[in-house]
Amino acid sequence: MKAVCWYGKHDVRVKEVPDPQLLNPRDAIIRVTATAICGSDLHLYNGVIPMMQRGDILGHEFMGEVVEVGSAIENLRVGDRVVVPFTIACGKCFFCRRKLWSLCDNSNPDAATARMLQGYSGSGLFGYSHIYGGYAGGQAQFVRVPYADVGPFIVPKELSDEQVLFLTDILPTGYMAAENANIQPGDTVAVWGCGPVGQFAIQSAWWLGAAQVIAIDHVHERLEMARIQVSAKTINFDDQDVFATLQELTGGLGPDCCIDAVGLESHGTAPDAIYDRVKQSVYLATDRLHALRQAIYCCRKGGTVSVPGVYGGFLDKFPFGAAFGKALTLKMGQTHVHKYLEPLTKRIQGNGQPGFDPSFIISHRVPIEEAPEAYHLFNRSKGECLKVVLQM
Amino acid sequence: MGSFSSPVSSTGTLMVSLLDRTPSLPSGTRTRPNNISNAERRISFALGVTLVLAGANRGKLTGLGLAGLGSALLYRGATGYCHGYQLLGINTAQHPPSTVISTKQGCQVECSVTIAQPAADLYAFWRKLDNLPAVLRHLEQVAIIDEQHSRWTAKGPLNIKLTWDAEIINERQNELIAWKSLPGSLVDSAGSVRFTPLSHDRGTVVYVNLRYNPPGGQVSDKLASFFGLDLKSQIEKDLRRFKSLMEAGEAPNVTGQPRGK
Repeated sequence: MKAVCWYGKHDVRVKEVPDPQLLNPRDAIIRVTATAICGSDLHLYNGVIPMMQRGDILGHEFMGEVVEVGSAIENLRVGDRVVVPFTIACGKCFFCRRKLWSLCDNSNPDAATARMLQGYSGSGLFGYSHIYGGYAGGQAQFVRVPYADVGPFIVPKELSDEQVLFLTDILPTGYMAAENANIQPGDTVAVWGCGPVGQFAIQSAWWLGAAQVIAIDHVHERLEMARIQVSAKTINFDDQDVFATLQELTGGLGPDCCIDAVGLESHGTAPDAIYDRVKQSVYLATDRLHALRQAIYCCRKGGTVSVPGVYGGFLDKFPFGAAFGKALTLKMGQTHVHKYLEPLTKRIQGNGQPGFDPSFIISHRVPIEEAPEAYHLFNRSKGECLKVVLQM
Repeated sequence: MGSFSSPVSSTGTLMVSLLDRTPSLPSGTRTRPNNISNAERRISFALGVTLVLAGANRGKLTGLGLAGLGSALLYRGATGYCHGYQLLGINTAQHPPSTVISTKQGCQVECSVTIAQPAADLYAFWRKLDNLPAVLRHLEQVAIIDEQHSRWTAKGPLNIKLTWDAEIINERQNELIAWKSLPGSLVDSAGSVRFTPLSHDRGTVVYVNLRYNPPGGQVSDKLASFFGLDLKSQIEKDLRRFKSLMEAGEAPNVTGQPRGK
């Protein structure tokens, strides 16, 4: 089969590789019908995430048709059309039973590095380095899916692939970010980062009762999308003082809820951002966090800062004094995708009302053979490229 | 991790006193074995002092480098432990085979894991001792002889195998299993596993205690490398895998998946 494989910094190649096999009784094999490149895949592309090996298959946003099931699988049949959460969860451990699927105890086969970095390992992820299990990813024609009685979610026939593909990661991620922000009716929500997660976080903020949602970025096309598609007020941080503008928009109070939908590789030209970039280039494993610092600074007293991420290593110069002094709540973590599949599918269906169609974020559709060019474009031009869907 | 202590080091004396305890009073595991010979330690220490002083005197970046190197040499000289040697499996503190070492040598491992399953299920799995090689991967086989007796075979590096007979010396249904090698065995081994239920539906704590000693005072090179210094981390991994087997019904695995060449 064809698969998009990592070979080093800025080096991905489409290779002919063996088809996946069932390895465990709870596995299933999916024939991929649609898969996407995620902004966080660019961290792999840029060599920022350690423990990648040449030949690793990338991709964690994928869906398709079940073609084979393991002996222990009863909930799926060959032919079922499913989306697969990017986090792999067993459904039986302490964490899965408490609906904390992205913290699963039993899905990282080589948890040593994660344990060293974090103390304990979270769940395995598809296509995201050997820190997170080294699972072959979904930018391929076929994928082996472990714990197939927990992850894969059968999607309604009337919804197209493009309408449901983002249930795999970014739509639940945006939604959970908004949920974590503890939005109360009447609140102002500020969202840093207008990539796909940010767009969906903005939409979710409206669903959760926000009275005002403000989007912060510096890529013009993304700000326009936030304004037009998800009705946000916008701030371009290259042209405007973010803190002052947020003050104006909130009558001096500051936003009640702040969402950092930027994560590591956060841009900025202020001295702290440049410092971060220098340190990261010499691989001192310091995440850049200009957006997060700003969110903490701008948030009103007693507010909540929600961090869908992605973050990996250590932070320098984290304004913990400000967070403490203002009694902020920080909520963060990898998305518990499984929790949101059903409610978000209902939002897409609409159920009598116009449904929400997430496919507006797709900017490019390319055949899988052109994945290397797509990665290059995505990395180089955030204005031109927002979301790439690979077609099989 | 196991350890092979030299009585002359102070850490060695501590290890000796810890190993003296009976299995019912669990001791901690040692993590810093002495792996540098005394002569080398003296040289390392002296060189370290020299470099630190030279570095301090020189100043600047090179001076910092010298001082850094010097402190590393100081450390290994003072403690008798070299991390680099540890990683390479070098031990210059080892004595030649003809030397008789005190009987207080061997390794002891204790670790625990919480498993979201009832104690009865876990006990039942463990009590069928021939299941153990599926969990503890340093064991090749445990053959059941009768209700109380079993024959154990452990495998080590270079295909070396050790076999001994053991008997169950204590058991309490769903709570405890303890076993010990028979007198005269090639390996003096003892082990126990306890199952403690937790409240609020949190499952069971499985607490494993394993001890392997050479019998009679004769040092055994085979035993030394056999129950190697990484037995504790191996058993920790084994227990986590056991947890996955019991909770999820399978162990997470990526061996055999496709990749680009």
